[in-house]
Amino acid sequence: MKQVIALALVALAPATAGSVEIFACEPEWASLISEIAGNDAQVTVATTAFQDPHRLQAKPSLIAAIRDADLVVCTGADLEIGWLPLLLRRGGAPELFMAADHVRKLEVPKVVDRAQGDVHPQGNPHIHLDPRNVRRIADALAEKLASLDAANADDYRRRLGDFQDRWLAAMDEWDERGLRLAGLELASHHRSFSYLANWLDLDIVATLESKPGIPPSGAQLASLLEKLSPRPPVGVIRTPYENEKPSLWLSERLSIPAIRLPYTVGGNPEVVDLFALFDETLTILEEYGQ
Amino acid sequence: MKFKMALVPLLLLGTQTSIAQDQDLASEVAELRALLLEVQQDYESRISELEVRLARAEQVASGARREATEAFEIAEQTAIDQSAGQSAANTFNPALGAVLAGRYADFDSGWEAIPGFQPAGEIGSGEPGFALGEAEINMKANVDNLFFGNLTFAIHDEEGEVEVELEEAWLQTTALPAGFTLLGGRYFSAAGYINEFHRHVDDFADRPLPYQAFYGGQYRVDGLQARWIAPTNLLFELGTELNWGTGFPAGSHAESSPGAYTLFANLGGDVGASNSWQLGFSYVDADVEERGGGHHDEEVAETFSGDSELSIIDFVWKWAPDGNSAVRNFKLQGEYFHRSEDGEFDGIDYDGDQSGWYLQGVWQFMPRWRVGLRHDVVSADNNGLLVGTELEDPGRDSSRTSLMFDWSPSEFSRLRLQYADDRVLDESDQQWMLQYIISVGAHGAHKF
Repeated sequence: MKQVIALALVALAPATAGSVEIFACEPEWASLISEIAGNDAQVTVATTAFQDPHRLQAKPSLIAAIRDADLVVCTGADLEIGWLPLLLRRGGAPELFMAADHVRKLEVPKVVDRAQGDVHPQGNPHIHLDPRNVRRIADALAEKLASLDAANADDYRRRLGDFQDRWLAAMDEWDERGLRLAGLELASHHRSFSYLANWLDLDIVATLESKPGIPPSGAQLASLLEKLSPRPPVGVIRTPYENEKPSLWLSERLSIPAIRLPYTVGGNPEVVDLFALFDETLTILEEYGQ
Repeated sequence: MKFKMALVPLLLLGTQTSIAQDQDLASEVAELRALLLEVQQDYESRISELEVRLARAEQVASGARREATEAFEIAEQTAIDQSAGQSAANTFNPALGAVLAGRYADFDSGWEAIPGFQPAGEIGSGEPGFALGEAEINMKANVDNLFFGNLTFAIHDEEGEVEVELEEAWLQTTALPAGFTLLGGRYFSAAGYINEFHRHVDDFADRPLPYQAFYGGQYRVDGLQARWIAPTNLLFELGTELNWGTGFPAGSHAESSPGAYTLFANLGGDVGASNSWQLGFSYVDADVEERGGGHHDEEVAETFSGDSELSIIDFVWKWAPDGNSAVRNFKLQGEYFHRSEDGEFDGIDYDGDQSGWYLQGVWQFMPRWRVGLRHDVVSADNNGLLVGTELEDPGRDSSRTSLMFDWSPSEFSRLRLQYADDRVLDESDQQWMLQYIISVGAHGAHKF
């Protein structure tokens, strides 16, 4: 009798292959999940590289997608505060994994005042562009997955080990390539590249937004032009989702290139995963580096 | 033999001397051995002492290394924790936000009621000149692992008297399985696309005419709501509400059975990365008892009792290049209302049909700047017996065309200029409005 019940329970239980449903807020985390979870998880990603993760809406397709999610993997640090809370209230209480909880944040404001723009009290949330952060987050994510789906815990740990080996090898190469970029002077549209700059020791001499999240006005750009004219930076960098106009305006007048970096997975056709993201970012910067 | 005998002692002597020599040697060997043993022991003890010291040193060294690693990890973790935000007694305070609005209006006549409709709630064009709008204070937070709570006060000035109104007070489940959500308390009904939105997020300075005519601006419910989301890729949502409230459009109702119920369904999804859409159907059935016109504080003159059935079809379509609304985006929305009422009005048998619709488009052509156009219409087909009452057939539709232009320096502030060609009354009225809306405090999330 017990065996019959056990058999019935096995039959009723959902299939183990691809059994964990994960809702990822940004493509970088979807890519990391596929490295660690492989076929054990089904991933839905809420944004593309061309969508500003600050400014999404809790649209119908996302409400439908979060309904059955077992795990929600997002950046956190208030990056998704404009839409994620609404989605979470409609979902079935999924587990949360906030990547920013596992790394040290840069630019934590001492004074939190909206007069300073759309400030994030917990610090800059664009954490994924430092490969050392990705390492830390991968460890924590694998543990989260292993605890959530204990049956496949060994799989997650094995894939994590494999990923970390490849990642470390890649980091050696990136670090070496990065040495030649140290001190590279750049202007940036938004503070989207602070972690990249911190890792590679790039020098972000100015941001086009005088206050984060507030589009630069003509007058602000003109004063920035004046400030940068005596010693123009090597280029103006921006993400695929940021307005190109201010970058183009400044680059034209300073005769420096406006550089669109991939920023995340999918930002360029070549950038199919996290490895390609750093490869491609370095390749683009090397064109302008010393 | 004698010789032999003599030899024996010699031999014995000989052996005796050799025995003595052997004995010396043996003792020396023994001595040496002892010495060696001693030395060996000495060395061994020294070696083991050295080994102990070495082990201790190694232990200290590895301990130091481990401590260094630990210290590094602790330092890093502390940095992570600190950058993750500090904990304090007020950490669990609810998210607190306030919305302030005001406007300057310029027009000739204005109106307080729409011909052919019972006026209710806060409708109409108000007074010309400067007027403070509603100030709103909102608190919300997760109650625990099962509930989310929300409380909103609306504060407004009513002819010199400050009125505080409980606008919303509800709690919602956050952890029900299988796509279910329950909500209870005082809340904005899900019947009609913009009904669930606070007025300060509207795209125009005033609500569309059908909302003013059928809902008195907004349908607020005291009751329960249940929603279910189907396990499909397209959003398919079904919901129902039970309303015990006394507000418009149900009228006074204080019985044990609910005075009104609502059914609604929403369907929505994406078309490519650039388009999102939602289509909704709602039905509100109210058992009305002595629903009066006029502002809810004023004395009731003419009342309606009977059955009221309202159906709404709504749609919204949003476009943004690659789904990135930061620079440019477009929103098209429209709703159609139809109501059928059957009962007694002011003591007269009454069977009437009313309908209304609006269509609006809002275009953000560059960051911070938007322009919008709206046309809204309501019409009433009441019966001819009601001449002289509020529901006297107007014989014509009421309509408006509004053009708005707004500038939002940030997500938290907005300035709006709106022009309306207003034909609610017989004479057309040119209305200008300059409106400001600001929100402070917690960052609200944006409903689709």
